[in-house]
Amino acid sequence: MRHPRESGDLGCINEVLFFCGNDNMAKANTKIAIVGGGLAGLMAAIKICEEGNPVELFSIVPVRRSHSVCAQGGINASVNTKGEGDSPQVHFYETVKGGDFLANQELPKQMCDAAPHIVFMFDRMGVRFNRTPEGNLDFRRFGGTLFHRTAFSGATTGQQLLYALDERVRKFESEGLVKKYEGWLFLSIVKDEEGICRGLVAQNMDTMEVRTFREDAVILATGGMGLVYGRSTNSMICTGDAATAVYQQGAVYANGEFIQIHPTSIPGEDKYRLISEAARGEGGRVWVPRDGKPWYFLEDWYPKYGNLVPRDVASRALWKVVHELKLGVDGGESVYLDLTHIPAAELDKKLEGILEIYEKFMGDDPRKVPMRVYPSVHYTMGGLWIDDTHMTSVPGLLAAGECDYQYHGANRLGANSLLSSVYGGMVAGPSALKYAKGLKKYCGSVPGAVFEREEARQTHWNQKIAAMDGNENPHKLHDELGDIMTKNVTIVRHNKDLEATDKKLQELKARWHNIKILDNTAWANSELLFVRQLWHMLELARVITLGALARNESRGSHYKPEFPNRDDVNWLKTTKAEWTKDGPKLSYEPVDLKYLTPELRNYA
Amino acid sequence: MPDMKQNVRLKVRRQDNPRSLPYWDEFEVPYVERMNIVTCLMSILRNPVNVRGEKVAPVVWECNCLEEVCGACTMVINGRVQQSCSALVDQFEQPITLEPMTKFPVIRDLAVDRGAMFEMLKKVHAWIEIDGSHNMGPGPKQDPNKSLKAYEFSRCMTCGCCCEACPQFNSHSPFIGAFAFGQVRLFNSHPTGRFNSSERLDSIMEMGGLADCGNVQNCFRACPKEIPLTDAIADLGWATTKRMVTKFLKE
Repeated sequence: MRHPRESGDLGCINEVLFFCGNDNMAKANTKIAIVGGGLAGLMAAIKICEEGNPVELFSIVPVRRSHSVCAQGGINASVNTKGEGDSPQVHFYETVKGGDFLANQELPKQMCDAAPHIVFMFDRMGVRFNRTPEGNLDFRRFGGTLFHRTAFSGATTGQQLLYALDERVRKFESEGLVKKYEGWLFLSIVKDEEGICRGLVAQNMDTMEVRTFREDAVILATGGMGLVYGRSTNSMICTGDAATAVYQQGAVYANGEFIQIHPTSIPGEDKYRLISEAARGEGGRVWVPRDGKPWYFLEDWYPKYGNLVPRDVASRALWKVVHELKLGVDGGESVYLDLTHIPAAELDKKLEGILEIYEKFMGDDPRKVPMRVYPSVHYTMGGLWIDDTHMTSVPGLLAAGECDYQYHGANRLGANSLLSSVYGGMVAGPSALKYAKGLKKYCGSVPGAVFEREEARQTHWNQKIAAMDGNENPHKLHDELGDIMTKNVTIVRHNKDLEATDKKLQELKARWHNIKILDNTAWANSELLFVRQLWHMLELARVITLGALARNESRGSHYKPEFPNRDDVNWLKTTKAEWTKDGPKLSYEPVDLKYLTPELRNYA
Repeated sequence: MPDMKQNVRLKVRRQDNPRSLPYWDEFEVPYVERMNIVTCLMSILRNPVNVRGEKVAPVVWECNCLEEVCGACTMVINGRVQQSCSALVDQFEQPITLEPMTKFPVIRDLAVDRGAMFEMLKKVHAWIEIDGSHNMGPGPKQDPNKSLKAYEFSRCMTCGCCCEACPQFNSHSPFIGAFAFGQVRLFNSHPTGRFNSSERLDSIMEMGGLADCGNVQNCFRACPKEIPLTDAIADLGWATTKRMVTKFLKE
């Protein structure tokens, strides 16, 4: 997570244009910061740069190493290459149904309409998609649909899309429009007396310098929070710390309890490695041995969608087979995902990336032997509350990508995440620009004391952490957090376990104050930064757990055996969590159902 | 040797900051089946005590995806450069030696600054010109087989293995590294990317360019994604020669 660097030669121009405190001059260009250099952040940057406005881009890692690289299977777009009668309307319907009707409908509608154009844009940018014999984009099947709707680039689609945007941003960087702060950790936003976001505080992860940046608008595109669960399919930077930091500064966090558990991953000591849904999209079959014969339980239970039921449905089925029917492979926590009936040459063409992962980490060749897989925490449908322009509840602070809560409702369909992050960036970028240009007062005119106060608050917190001399190891506390969350707040949720979890989280928060810092150096001290991130993870874990405790129904990824049915009368509503010193305060708002009326969700 | 399986012994080359002197530290961490080097380093975070029983600062290293797709966790393990996430302990003789890459400046311990690689991508114009991200319909049709071949080059994760293994690439030389040639090959073979192929060829015909390649072919052998970098170098050899002749005739 290293290598802080500041790129571009904007420095002196910035001084002239932005720090002069002269509103007339500032109108030439507004100051916009994007935090996070995955698909959403880079797409927002491109949209802003195309308008000729500069961008400051903050990222923990060099943006080319962002978590978007881990997405494997593809990106959805109803291009109807196969002549099956697919259309953006059907895509929209299946997205909303896949999310068990909890998603506000305006943004998903727009996203599905824009999807073909988004895939074409990537095609023009040079992404090496798999192609049909005629040379058109090829599409494959994914979960929750019967159409071939997923464009793909082998099994490394996220990597390929990220590189295309990274390259585009690099071009803008070489032209002086983008200034990158790679190796900088976002600490907080700067809010003025009126509660408007006027900038941010970030820390250089090598020099440990804390610095304030004046901004007219800030876009958070900081991704997911898998590390709240210890091990997940997420990358190590996915702690959710940026979203949680602004939640503690007053931004509303919505639908936190909706956590997607991906049915097929390879458990490891360091993380759960994803085996893409594309494996089933290309014909892979899930089974366990029963009475000495393979039992294809998904095909048995869901004859219409078979192995391609949505992820929440598949994960619950796997859980049932392993824990209730005790039919896990060798009595353990795994089932088979079988590709061996598919010709190896075809597999290499379409799934090489995941075959390679399985081979390298497990030592077996999935062309010859079935893979052993098990569900894992994968994605958060919840995130920062945003309106239809991607503005959070704090004016001047926008959010896009996995860190916002829109688009997916109670469960996300496979291959919709690359789409929603790119589309979110496409909306958030121009929104931020429009908002910033319409400001009566620019960040350059905000009194310096506003910024100094926030910087001092962050510096003070850092000093407090650096001086911690108790007896807890922060990584062991993190293990305990991950264990309890994974045990109680994943596929099957019981109220008494959720209550016990919240108690444990409060205990962990108390013990956090008793951490011992083992690295006292003032250079590249990742321990100090981790302790800060751990605090945020504990705060976010409470939002997830208490949101789940309150929601007495089953919907999408949120399943309570005590309340096995969806309850539209009482629970067709968005959870909104606001930070208070006594814990998250929950309130609810109605779901925007302007296009589709909720109906029974059945995949059998 | 059942004992070997109980604990894993690691010898880590450490350095507190870019200006300080490197030193060795040894650790023992509990063995877990199928564990990788990253898991060993994570274990040190939980118990940062070396074999002499001294409490030390936890080892600093870079990692992110842990699936060998982001390129972050590259280091030299028992003398060979590779990603530490996909390096399984069972594959190595113990003690396992961990060293930072030698061709890039050390930040701290095993973390290095590979920023130079991203600068090279600017130099070789590693992108495709498009008129904008607005709706303009699909891109050009492409031969599926050629596209599949190009895909191999697009998997480069800028990890630096090819640079580390290359005798020509070091801090005293302007040589840009084999990965950059792979990217030039990738973009020059694209139906619209080729419109800027002259610019890209010119960028690798300067000092530190293709002519400085010693043809040792370590790059291909070191590449974790088996990207055919030597093919790229051969292809670009032809292309730059043609470009040189054309330029000469025009002048």
